[in-house]
Amino acid sequence: MWTYNKILEYPINIKCPNPKLAKFIISQYGGPDGELAASLRYLSQKFAMPDQKSKAVLNDIGTEELAHLEMVGTIVHKLTEGASIEEIEKAGLGAYYTDRGVDVYPQSAGGTPFTAAYIACKGDPIANLQEDLAAEQKARATYEKLIDLCRDDPDVIDPLRFLRQREVVHFQRFGEALRGVQDKLAEKKFYMNNMDCNNMNNNNDCDCGR
Amino acid sequence: MEENENRNCGCGCNMNNTDCSYTPEGVNAAFGYNSVPNDNCNNNDVREKMMAEIKSLNFAIIELAEYLDTHPDDKKALCLHKEYANELNELKDKYQRIYGPLSIYYPCNKWRWLEEPWPWERSDFNVDL
Repeated sequence: MWTYNKILEYPINIKCPNPKLAKFIISQYGGPDGELAASLRYLSQKFAMPDQKSKAVLNDIGTEELAHLEMVGTIVHKLTEGASIEEIEKAGLGAYYTDRGVDVYPQSAGGTPFTAAYIACKGDPIANLQEDLAAEQKARATYEKLIDLCRDDPDVIDPLRFLRQREVVHFQRFGEALRGVQDKLAEKKFYMNNMDCNNMNNNNDCDCGR
Repeated sequence: MEENENRNCGCGCNMNNTDCSYTPEGVNAAFGYNSVPNDNCNNNDVREKMMAEIKSLNFAIIELAEYLDTHPDDKKALCLHKEYANELNELKDKYQRIYGPLSIYYPCNKWRWLEEPWPWERSDFNVDL
């Protein structure tokens, strides 16, 4: 289960509102390669992973992504908090303000609401981990584009760089997990789709009636 | 470094030994959980009992916290929260020393975080996390 800690994973010191940047950065909150998608992707895939390392990696990275979700939400909030209506309109956030006010809503930079269609769970640990590797690279690329767009605001760039670096580290961990899974699947007596209670290790008495 | 390697975190594992050589019965006894029937070192009963207690304390705290969020001046709820939170911390510490970490924040000389079962898994021993 999850518990909440009243700390950000990395400090965010944004002093001046800048709704223009918020409009772009919100994509890492609820966009196709955003932190919500990342978190749901890993935390949904962890259940059927075949070895110890991949279960732990998906669980722990999925958890860290929730902390990143909070960071991105904090950035968006601080960039819009205290902005005037004129600034919000000028930033192209008039439509957003109409529907969401000053809430942080999971949507892409283009305004598409978050959808689970952004994530994949293929029921195959190799396919899933390859998807995760690609997802980390896409998120890294997105952060690099955002860093370009925020070039005049070092206070915003700082946490974005941290988040970008985490994508690189996660890519590394998923690569290691993938190699572990490949080894596991190469073992002689491994049943990947073992849903039959009679074949469960030492678990012939599960009373499920099969 | 040498000092660190020799320090035993109390979870029953030893850094100088590659396989985790913890003996739950002995540790259980040390913590006062020696009321288990002596049936061939079956210490799952103790584990299950401790886990059940952790779960009820955990839920009680969640429930109290949500209540206190809207009733911060309720002295009785506050008192209960304090009591349960202290009890849970103590119990979780005991549990983790024997059975390994419940979160990544528990310090240990061996990375026992990888040990199964995870809460979503059927376990070989009768413990549901």
